[in-house]
Amino acid sequence: MLEESTVDDAIEPGPLAGSDLASDSQAAISAEIMEIRRQYSEAATEETQPRLDYPPYRSTILRHPTKDLHHIDPETIELTAPAFGQRDVDVLEADLTIQASGDPIGERIIVTGRVLDGGGKPLAGHLVEIWQANAAGRYIHKRDQHHAPIDPNFTGVGRCLTDSDGSYWFRTIKPGPYPWRNHYNAWRPAHIHFSVFGRQFISRLITQMYFPGDPLFDLDPIYQSIRDQRARDRLVATYDHEVTSHEENTGYRWDIVLTGSRNTWMEPEDRE
Amino acid sequence: MSGEPLVATPGQTIGPFFGFALPHEGSEQLVPPGHLNAVRLTGLVLDGHGDPVPDAMIEIWQADADGRIEPCPGSLHRDGYTFTGWGRAATDNTGRYSFTTVRPAPTNEGKLPFFAIAVFARGLTNRLFTRAYLFASPDAIAADPLLGSLPADRRRTLIVTEDGDELRFDVRLQGEEETVFLAFPGDTP
Repeated sequence: MLEESTVDDAIEPGPLAGSDLASDSQAAISAEIMEIRRQYSEAATEETQPRLDYPPYRSTILRHPTKDLHHIDPETIELTAPAFGQRDVDVLEADLTIQASGDPIGERIIVTGRVLDGGGKPLAGHLVEIWQANAAGRYIHKRDQHHAPIDPNFTGVGRCLTDSDGSYWFRTIKPGPYPWRNHYNAWRPAHIHFSVFGRQFISRLITQMYFPGDPLFDLDPIYQSIRDQRARDRLVATYDHEVTSHEENTGYRWDIVLTGSRNTWMEPEDRE
Repeated sequence: MSGEPLVATPGQTIGPFFGFALPHEGSEQLVPPGHLNAVRLTGLVLDGHGDPVPDAMIEIWQADADGRIEPCPGSLHRDGYTFTGWGRAATDNTGRYSFTTVRPAPTNEGKLPFFAIAVFARGLTNRLFTRAYLFASPDAIAADPLLGSLPADRRRTLIVTEDGDELRFDVRLQGEEETVFLAFPGDTP
């Protein structure tokens, strides 16, 4: 599991050859973020997804398509999705606190919620994968150079299948924020990466779940690449005392909506 | 269905550190390398400077060699026999991804077969969808709803180049030869 070949933001020189992007200050990045926010509020539209072209997140500069996405109806294979089952996922993979002989260090939490389609119907038996940093903000990844300790009892990787009511459940450790080299003194808000499959290939989602009240939200160009505040809020879990359990762990709730093509969840009379 | 439709959860970048979590042993082998009809689907993921993207992940979803789509579990623990139709591969240090699979056959008469592809990368704030079509006759291309609607230079970015058992499909995120990426009804910016 631990062999790895990807390059991380922490050591990459940056997308603009020759420029020392990590020298940009947080104030400069924040000013760019605020200017884009101002333009967005003037446009009076409502976006629900991130901008592919979001220059404050420097690595987008050479990696976003510059031509318009081509609008097309999904067909054949795209209207179906890969299936996953008990063969693929062991039930123990949902508990990230029991993957080694000892207890991982940090605040033990439960993260749970439902995976729903655009009509609010639960998606049962769908694969949910997560990965995250440990309590100190360090990933088990050989290119993660952050000089925070690795926890020998924590991999930060989990999987589960949703139940009949579409619910997923993970027990894990609350991840720490960590530094990256988008600009000088850049820190990511604490987050858990989520990967989810819907009923159709075109529902495929990879995203990040955040924790309520993080002071780094306004400073983070990845989170802010979603220009709409309501859409950003959809990535923030809610603290739920009903999920918190006595002397065991605190609890967070976060639902995921995968819309895909409307025809899969609209009743016939509602179809356009 | 009563009530307002729910709004889709926004995507976020896969980031740099997915490698220890998402790719897994055999995830790029839809069939074993020794399979009778095995082909290699491979290519580079390139940025706007034409430089390789060494921290991208490609997923494919396809019909089998008879044009069947029968979603079967088992992609995460392959048994060597069941064709699940799905694969996942991270790019290496040279920006190359590679799958061992079979050529998909048409799922419906008159439809051109293609690999459905999702692209993820650090620096890509949301997944991108595209299609990798097998080589087809000019008439078939003209009749295809997607290929037929594109000018020739754009259409070319969606068709694999075949060299024996190797199918080559590069993904250019940006630039002159930028791959055609897709938006589906209901997608919002």
